Amino acid sequence: MSPVPDNESTPPDLEVPEPGGPQSSASHAEPDLVPGAVEPAQHQAPVAGHARRGMFGVHDHGDTTGFGGLRLPAYFPPRAERPYGGWFDEFVDELLAAMRERDIPADAVQQITIDRGEITFYLDREHLVAICQMLRDDPALRFELCSSVSAVDYGVDVPNRLHSVYHLTSMTYRRRIRLEVAVDVADAHVPSVVGVYPTADWQERENWDMFGIVHDGHPALTRILMPDDWDGHPQRKDYPLGGIPVEYKGAEIPPPDQRRAYS
Amino acid sequence: MTTDNDIQHADSRDTTEGRVYTVTGGDWDEVMAEASKDERIVMNLGPQHPSTHGVLRLVLELEGESVTQARSVIGYLHTGIEKNCEYRNWTQGVTFVTRMDYLAPLFNEAAFCMGVEKLLGIEVPRRAQVARVLLMELCRVGSHLVALATGGMELGALTGMTNGFREREEVLHLLEYLTGLRMNHAFIRPGGLAQDLPDDYDSKIRDFLKVMDSRLPGYDKLLTGQPIWRNRMAGVGVLPVDACLALGVTGPILRAAGLAWDLRKIEPYLGYEEYTFEVPTSTDADCFARYLLRLEEIHQSLRIVKQCLTKLEPGPVMVGDKKIAWPAQLTIGADGMGNSLEHVRKIMGQSMESLIHHFKLVTEGFSVPAGQVYVPLESPRGELGYHMVSDGGTRPMRVHVRDPSFVNLQSMPAMCEGGMVADVIASVASIDPVMGGVDR
Repeated sequence: MSPVPDNESTPPDLEVPEPGGPQSSASHAEPDLVPGAVEPAQHQAPVAGHARRGMFGVHDHGDTTGFGGLRLPAYFPPRAERPYGGWFDEFVDELLAAMRERDIPADAVQQITIDRGEITFYLDREHLVAICQMLRDDPALRFELCSSVSAVDYGVDVPNRLHSVYHLTSMTYRRRIRLEVAVDVADAHVPSVVGVYPTADWQERENWDMFGIVHDGHPALTRILMPDDWDGHPQRKDYPLGGIPVEYKGAEIPPPDQRRAYS
Repeated sequence: MTTDNDIQHADSRDTTEGRVYTVTGGDWDEVMAEASKDERIVMNLGPQHPSTHGVLRLVLELEGESVTQARSVIGYLHTGIEKNCEYRNWTQGVTFVTRMDYLAPLFNEAAFCMGVEKLLGIEVPRRAQVARVLLMELCRVGSHLVALATGGMELGALTGMTNGFREREEVLHLLEYLTGLRMNHAFIRPGGLAQDLPDDYDSKIRDFLKVMDSRLPGYDKLLTGQPIWRNRMAGVGVLPVDACLALGVTGPILRAAGLAWDLRKIEPYLGYEEYTFEVPTSTDADCFARYLLRLEEIHQSLRIVKQCLTKLEPGPVMVGDKKIAWPAQLTIGADGMGNSLEHVRKIMGQSMESLIHHFKLVTEGFSVPAGQVYVPLESPRGELGYHMVSDGGTRPMRVHVRDPSFVNLQSMPAMCEGGMVADVIASVASIDPVMGGVDR
């Protein structure tokens, strides 16, 4: 084997060719371009998505595409900077004032992200119910409707990969916000907001069913879409899609999750 | 000795021949005393009963004819569409989501595409926007007609059923002419439409409007003024506005309770602010109010369709960005819809770059910048919201659908408990749940 270039930052178990190495099309090693490392922030910034290597889903040595050296770091939702613009500044002021009034610590809101005209509050799960109660009842906030409760699994290697996401609507002020709570698979507990928003009942059951997020305090957290005796939580990223190979016009087409992925 | 604690055990005493038990029947007396007080029956309805919408199962606890507890059991139609979307590219996702709420396929397509477009930060051409509004309003007419028709069937008004499906067939014929398919169209695509409307769409739609104008008054004659219909529904399945908000109920049920909450007016999308239409409301909050409201919404939707015809101006129906716009130019060939021969001739014979471009977009798809959006729109059943997450790839990281049927169905116990068994059927019919959307 040819000498391996001094690219110490790439873990040795990677199967892709070393950038600048004999099988790589990258002309020289770029030690800075490594998969995005997760910074150990105070509250661990939310990670959305995984780092990528190469393209066209080729992860062995047979990459002839020329993209084997490509490195794309994981996406972190950026922290919003003031002024936020629009109604967001006024709203965040009112939210923080209401939190002070109710003795909710200011660091219960871990991060505020504004993306594509939508505001997201990353919350500490300890204060989720209190904040929801406040958002519903405070006359300056008035989020009467909990539009949607969903969950996202950001992938196997991502810290705090399970996110429980709440979309609240203020019918009085015609505003929409998003609350997000990130938890780890090993400790997938999020308090239930059914007491504040009864509509979250089925949607939290769906979160439990599909992602295994335990909503503590839910009146009857049982499976809702899958059979009661089902094993596993189907929408987790490490749960296979399933399927069988299908013959079509003489060729065998593998099931969708075993086809070459270009993503 | 027998005590109160172990009364269910047989009494026993020791004799010289061993232990002797006195079998008295245990707690049977208590059971009888308990049973003589009420007549509690737990009844299972479904999951394949014609009076439940699709494969919905209801478990009712009855005391005589009164329902003391009602629970719905769902999941029989779960097909994992949300999970499947994560294994297909953004354009292919349309084909999946259109199969969720199968009475409102075009709403699912439009909401999905609006989500992708918001993630991409693009705006679709005006003709595509107007055409989307046109198709969605036609779809709303069809969906409400099915709500009336199946509701009529469930309450024994079979002519209401045949009439409703007859008119809905007109809608489906028209949609087939416009999009190529009766249902599950996959006609609205990220960036615009799959192709332009056919040349004589205008006259076809005007013919359809004439037919509908002549037939819709028949519903007032057949159902609205009919005493049986009214008595079965008026004052039944009441859900006041505060209960609607607590349970997250939107759509006709919320408007029938008095809140004029219609996202077409509140948060206009696709240029809905340009159209003149009314949002009917009622304060009765019962099944009959919901029926009247759906009937009126059909009229309002036809009004919007008429306005769409004047607003449709020639122009592109797909974004100009060739990195997003689907490369295939579809035409109708001898064997149905397919790639146009001219397009195939160009990519195969003339332009290598076009071929590469076509191949990349079709096999790999386009990348969508990382982030998440929530896109709500007003479907026939309420707020249809798409929460879509991209990690920057050519496939969605997550597609979550806030389906209005799923959320509204939670209100079934609140409407039914304390009422009669027959009212359960009327209440479920007035919720108009579509199980394809509930179970996804």
